[in-house]
Amino acid sequence: MIHFENVSKRYPAGREALSGVNFRLEKGEMAFLTGPSGAGKSTVLKLVALIERATRGTVLVGNQNTARIPRRRIPLFRRRIGIIFQDHKLLNDRTVFDNVALPLMIASHRRRELERRVRAALDQVGLLEYEKHSPLSLSTGEQQRVGIARAVASRPELVIADEPTGNLDPDLSLDIMRLFERFNKVGVTLLIATHDLELIDKLQHRRLRLDHGKVVDEPE
Amino acid sequence: MDSIARYFSAHSQNLVGALGRISRQPLGSSMTIAVIAIALALPSGLHVMVNNVRILSGSLESAVDFTVYLDMSVDEESAQVLARDVEARPDVNRAVLIDRAQALVDFRAYSGFGEALDTLEENPLPHALVVRPAGGTQGDVEALARDLDEMQQTALVQLDTAWVERLRSLAELANRAVGIATVLLSLAVVVVIGNTIRLEINNRREEIEVIKLVGGSDGYVRRPFLYLGLCYGLGGGIVAAITTAVGLGLISTPARSLAQLYDSGYRLVGLSAGQTVLLLGGGAILGWAGAVIATARHLRDVDPT
Repeated sequence: MIHFENVSKRYPAGREALSGVNFRLEKGEMAFLTGPSGAGKSTVLKLVALIERATRGTVLVGNQNTARIPRRRIPLFRRRIGIIFQDHKLLNDRTVFDNVALPLMIASHRRRELERRVRAALDQVGLLEYEKHSPLSLSTGEQQRVGIARAVASRPELVIADEPTGNLDPDLSLDIMRLFERFNKVGVTLLIATHDLELIDKLQHRRLRLDHGKVVDEPE
Repeated sequence: MDSIARYFSAHSQNLVGALGRISRQPLGSSMTIAVIAIALALPSGLHVMVNNVRILSGSLESAVDFTVYLDMSVDEESAQVLARDVEARPDVNRAVLIDRAQALVDFRAYSGFGEALDTLEENPLPHALVVRPAGGTQGDVEALARDLDEMQQTALVQLDTAWVERLRSLAELANRAVGIATVLLSLAVVVVIGNTIRLEINNRREEIEVIKLVGGSDGYVRRPFLYLGLCYGLGGGIVAAITTAVGLGLISTPARSLAQLYDSGYRLVGLSAGQTVLLLGGGAILGWAGAVIATARHLRDVDPT
């Protein structure tokens, strides 16, 4: 599903975030991307979502070479990926329902199907009764969960998450990880960036540790 | 079939969304619509005015009365006979004799020289015929005037259609000026709406970024703004049409009085149904165009990449 081949990323300011990163994540796998803050976890995820392009090397997502995707096809490419952001990125002038429904509206799903999927996603993160609320009236943790619901509502093949449990308490964090595991069981490929080592110690999954711009593979 | 329904609902959603956005900021939206309405009302109001002047000058051309002053030697009876003869002509609608006595009375009443006239021993005014041509072109009227001038009893023919000609040329000139003004003001509308849309895009930067991150295409992001521009343009057009109608209503009463003074049943003509549709449609198209330009230039800058 994801294949990084000797990928380097240098930012215009001169900082080299990644130098020669190599890893493969097969379809249906679940892996954690770990490492201290600033190690480049977000950069890896940005390269997968084509928010950034690699300076060197090849990034393959779903067998597509991202370097060959032109600007105007990027939205279509992103529709196949569920992205969970560190700062949730919800739209405050819309309801929780509308926020979660956004990817489905973009893909012009039919109304009934859309409603079904949105409610299913909200139910999975335990926020079904907050459907009509504004994101502003939710706690940070709840906002984060809405972001997760949005990412999974369209049932993408690949879900990438940047610190999804950053604002959640340990119990809730574990619940969310178990939720991810359930997604994984039905075939969703997951790449989760987190620096909560305590949490992932409880879960036995493959870890890709970022160390000075390189990835060290630590299998399960 | 299903895709048509979805296409339709997507566009109607955008339209409703645009109306919602406009209504949520009543003050700002009203100002924008007011500017557009003024920019559209000016050419349409001017066009209506020019149109009316054209119609007026056209109807005046062949309905201008002129006066044939008879020689002082002609007595009243001969004058009456002459009046009947002239009226009998096919190119004459009416010929009314104003005898010397009546002329003096009228003159005294209208001119304000009443007291001065009393000092005169004799009536200095001749008999006169007021002749109304039976239609025809400017050339026909002039030919009639020449004929009447050649009559033995005629002292002077006072034909003054020159002012009608001048009026018509003025109307044509004004029409061209209005055309230029229309083009310039339409550009103004496009610029104003374009700027408003640019500000809207700026206000919604974060929202646009999120939509792009979640897979919204450029078209998806652009559509609400296009509809916003369309609504502004259409709203401006509607207000412009109302303003023009109201303005016309305000001057229609004095205009009718003026027409009656000239013995004319003339009434002001407003915007026809077709012209109103053109105004509304034009506003909408200009609004759409302004939004197209603004989104083409500014949406690209708002990108998470």
